[in-house]
Amino acid sequence: MILGVAASLVAHNPRIDWFGIAPEGTLVATAVAVLLLDLVMPRRDSWQTSRLASVGVLVSLGFVVALYERHGGTTPMFGGAYVVDNYAIALKGFFLVVAYVTILLAVDYIGEGDYYQGEFYFLLLTSVLGMTVMTSARDLITIFVALETISIPTYVLAGYRKHDRRSNEAALKYYLIGAISSAFMLYGMSLIYGVTNSTLLSDISDKVGQTGHGKVLAVAIFLSLIGFAFKVSAVPFHWWAPDTYEGAPTPVTAFLSVASKAGGFVAMLNIIFFGFSNRSNVWWVVAWLLAILSMTLGNLTALRQTNIVRMLAYSSIAQGGFMLVPFAAYGIARDHGHLSVAQTSFQAVVIYLLIYGAMNLGAFGCVIAVARRTRSADIEGYGGLFTTSPALTVCLSMFLASLTGIPPLAGWFAKFVMFRSAIDAGGWAGTSLAIVAGVNSVIAAYYYLNVVRTMWFKAPATEAGPVQVPSALGFSIALCTVLVLAIGVYPQLVGHIGDLAAKAASVATGS
Amino acid sequence: MAHGFDAWALSLVVFTPIIGLALVLVLPRDDEGTIKLVTLVTTLVTFAFTVLVVVRFNYDKTDKLQFEVKKSWIDVIHSNYHIGVDGIALPMLALSSFITLLCVIYSWNHFPEPHNPKAFLALILLLEVGMNGTFVAQDLILFFIFFEIVLLPMYFMIGVWGGPNREYASIKFFLFTLFGSALMLLSFLAIYFKVDVPGVAGGHTFDIPLLVAAGKGGMTHGVQLLIFGGMFLGFAIKVPMFPFHTWLPDAHTEAPTVGSVLLAAILLKLGTYGFIRIAMPILPEAARSWAPWIGLLAVIGIIYGALGCLAQTDMKRLIAFSSIAHMGFVMLGIASMTTFGLNAAIFGMVAHGLITGMLFFVAGSVQHTFHTREMSRLGGLLQQAPHMGWILSFCAMASLGLPGLAGFWGEFPAILSAFNPLSTIHQTPLFRGYMVVAAVGTVLAAGYLLWMLQKVAFGAPKPEFADAHIHDVGVAEWIAWTPLLLGIVALGVYPNIVFRVTDGAVTSLTKVFGG
Repeated sequence: MILGVAASLVAHNPRIDWFGIAPEGTLVATAVAVLLLDLVMPRRDSWQTSRLASVGVLVSLGFVVALYERHGGTTPMFGGAYVVDNYAIALKGFFLVVAYVTILLAVDYIGEGDYYQGEFYFLLLTSVLGMTVMTSARDLITIFVALETISIPTYVLAGYRKHDRRSNEAALKYYLIGAISSAFMLYGMSLIYGVTNSTLLSDISDKVGQTGHGKVLAVAIFLSLIGFAFKVSAVPFHWWAPDTYEGAPTPVTAFLSVASKAGGFVAMLNIIFFGFSNRSNVWWVVAWLLAILSMTLGNLTALRQTNIVRMLAYSSIAQGGFMLVPFAAYGIARDHGHLSVAQTSFQAVVIYLLIYGAMNLGAFGCVIAVARRTRSADIEGYGGLFTTSPALTVCLSMFLASLTGIPPLAGWFAKFVMFRSAIDAGGWAGTSLAIVAGVNSVIAAYYYLNVVRTMWFKAPATEAGPVQVPSALGFSIALCTVLVLAIGVYPQLVGHIGDLAAKAASVATGS
Repeated sequence: MAHGFDAWALSLVVFTPIIGLALVLVLPRDDEGTIKLVTLVTTLVTFAFTVLVVVRFNYDKTDKLQFEVKKSWIDVIHSNYHIGVDGIALPMLALSSFITLLCVIYSWNHFPEPHNPKAFLALILLLEVGMNGTFVAQDLILFFIFFEIVLLPMYFMIGVWGGPNREYASIKFFLFTLFGSALMLLSFLAIYFKVDVPGVAGGHTFDIPLLVAAGKGGMTHGVQLLIFGGMFLGFAIKVPMFPFHTWLPDAHTEAPTVGSVLLAAILLKLGTYGFIRIAMPILPEAARSWAPWIGLLAVIGIIYGALGCLAQTDMKRLIAFSSIAHMGFVMLGIASMTTFGLNAAIFGMVAHGLITGMLFFVAGSVQHTFHTREMSRLGGLLQQAPHMGWILSFCAMASLGLPGLAGFWGEFPAILSAFNPLSTIHQTPLFRGYMVVAAVGTVLAAGYLLWMLQKVAFGAPKPEFADAHIHDVGVAEWIAWTPLLLGIVALGVYPNIVFRVTDGAVTSLTKVFGG
């Protein structure tokens, strides 16, 4: 990322909006400071690094808020490769909040285990840096560099329980998949560059709209989509996810399933909406298939899980399928010349990401809390949790109900905007997508409620006492609960953000 | 738009239980007395607000939305917080807050295992928000939200406090309803995009009155039929209509008494109300095409429910099947699409709420005293607990449609309405056939109810309970039941209490149906 920026500096001699990249700058500074602090601190005080990391994230978040307050327009930098518009600002804020919550989830987990703490937060911050860059990336190279900045630290994080063979497996699988997907993606991107002679998405969008090079472009788009499908673990490129999720330390799993998945989706949003819009006839079928397969297979496999982390892994595959629905909807509609769907579907993806983040992080927070007592993630171990820890049970039930999409919890609105894009697209393709999504949300209810049922209806194990929730973890769970409730009752909170994002997108997609 | 208290009235009716809920949640679990008191006061205050609404309601303009409020809510999808009541919604709203209050009173010393009044009462309060809200919502999305809010509390109520087979029953209830509402939501979205409404931002709206006024807005007949089909599934599962009824006997049998009462008295009405408020007025053309099928399923439900009753050994399961039959009458009235039929249907909803609610109360108390609901083991209730026995007999009479009691005015006009259904359905002979079948259903109803009465109330007590000391109706029960019993008589003797409210609204509604 640093190199990329430096290279662009030399090439274009641009005017840099330093304020515009202040959030990223803060993250870089914090990451370095965390590493240095860990070096000088005695080992027993190294938990202090978590404090520094969270302060850094909050300062960065402050800059994001200031950026939002500053203006409503867009600020292209580096010849249009890097744009700080409202859409980017909103998602930067999202990623920073996710990072903050992840740190809260991890503090006690990492502090109590025998882990290197400074390095953990350094890697986490670096990955988040990649995400914030990704939101602004409007250029193939920048997107690729951001994606690698997101991914490489997480390969290490997945293997952070280095004495656990499953964690090793998790890291290795994740790494190999990352390498394969990058290869696919780069091959596709190089073909695109070959045809369009540019890496800038806006140029690509224009060139792609002209006739010619049909087959090469089709192959190129197809290959890059497969690369992204690996990243967001869409079926049939998903099989690494459950093993990786199960093996990785649970806070890392939470981070992977929310932040890094969202990173992949943001990259897809940028490339598809800002780059490939004019060739929707090529990719809508791919997106349609990926969405239907991910929703259906993800859900059906989740039904059979007995381990809650694996269950949440498959559920996140299915949720990813729901998030792919608006992409397909956009493609379908664009193919028919129904341009306004661009806004509804862009909005839908952004809103879905925000809400999914809050509810999935909350669910993982509760899982981490319960695992402190049971030392396992078996769903059976949740029996009678309502009797021993009613507050935690109510929170986890709320997150699971929200993932199901039951009002008045935030998940309903995510599902709603997703449905809306599909119905808006219309035709047999849009309608079938909506119906498959509808049936799938009922299937999903079964396994989410299975956990709820175990917690509420089963008798507790005899020796079970209440779950002790440390304050940082408790705070993060409470924060997610408040978000899930507030957004669910007054969805305009995220609707407003989605609106801003869609307006930014409508300029770029010409609709 | 309303001003002053009127502008707040309905919001107070809907959201007062939230305040109580918050209080209950912060109280310690052991402080049962305070928890009960807070809940009771909350439901009382809610009911008082409802009474104020009923008193201040303008009965000369029942077809107009009153106490109307329209505030921006989710701008990004053009959905508003739009609430209001007319003559159709008012009786249902009153029923809902009335029954909830009585349920809280009954619960006073009747907490089923595993006890935990805090959680139980919290769930009742949450249910009340959803139920009251559904009846006042005038925006499709708002309606959907309230419609769904009741799901989880009822799921927990059945699953935690229910009978032996509670886990199966609760998840079945949940999945059935969720499936219906998913399709219903898709239909709402399709309506939003397909109906062009002049004069609103974006040209599309979720606003129910505006959608009704806008008409079909350029949809082909096929599209209308499909969209109606989606809503039909959502509402028919909730009612429940044959063949979507299979969740109901399980849910009712396993649910705790109060859960059964709320389910029968109010939750089922959310489905029928949805037909009257949303599906039929917004898509009248499709409704006319669907009406013969709805009528068919309704009469199948009447006969099937009655036959099902005769096959039961469990008293509560029998009452559950009788619910299917009674809701069949309501749906038949709705399917006729006439002023007469819709008036009967709404009356039937209120009457069924009072009568079946009361029957489930009695069944619950029988179970509480005898620890069984197997009718073969019961007998001689009139001897051992004469008050309870008489109440059971009274309710059975009301339920079978004895003239002079509330049940009659729901059932009889509903059957009659099938004689002259809306002429533009063009299926009058078919409906007359339905009428005959439905009339046979009333005979069967008399059969199964008297059969139950004979088994449970008449004769001598069975040897196993002969020497048992049996408690008759207690104080909390008297307080909870008396208003219901009085209501059943009052509506039976003077049905105009309801008809006067509904008639104007229904008349203006049927104008939309086209005749």
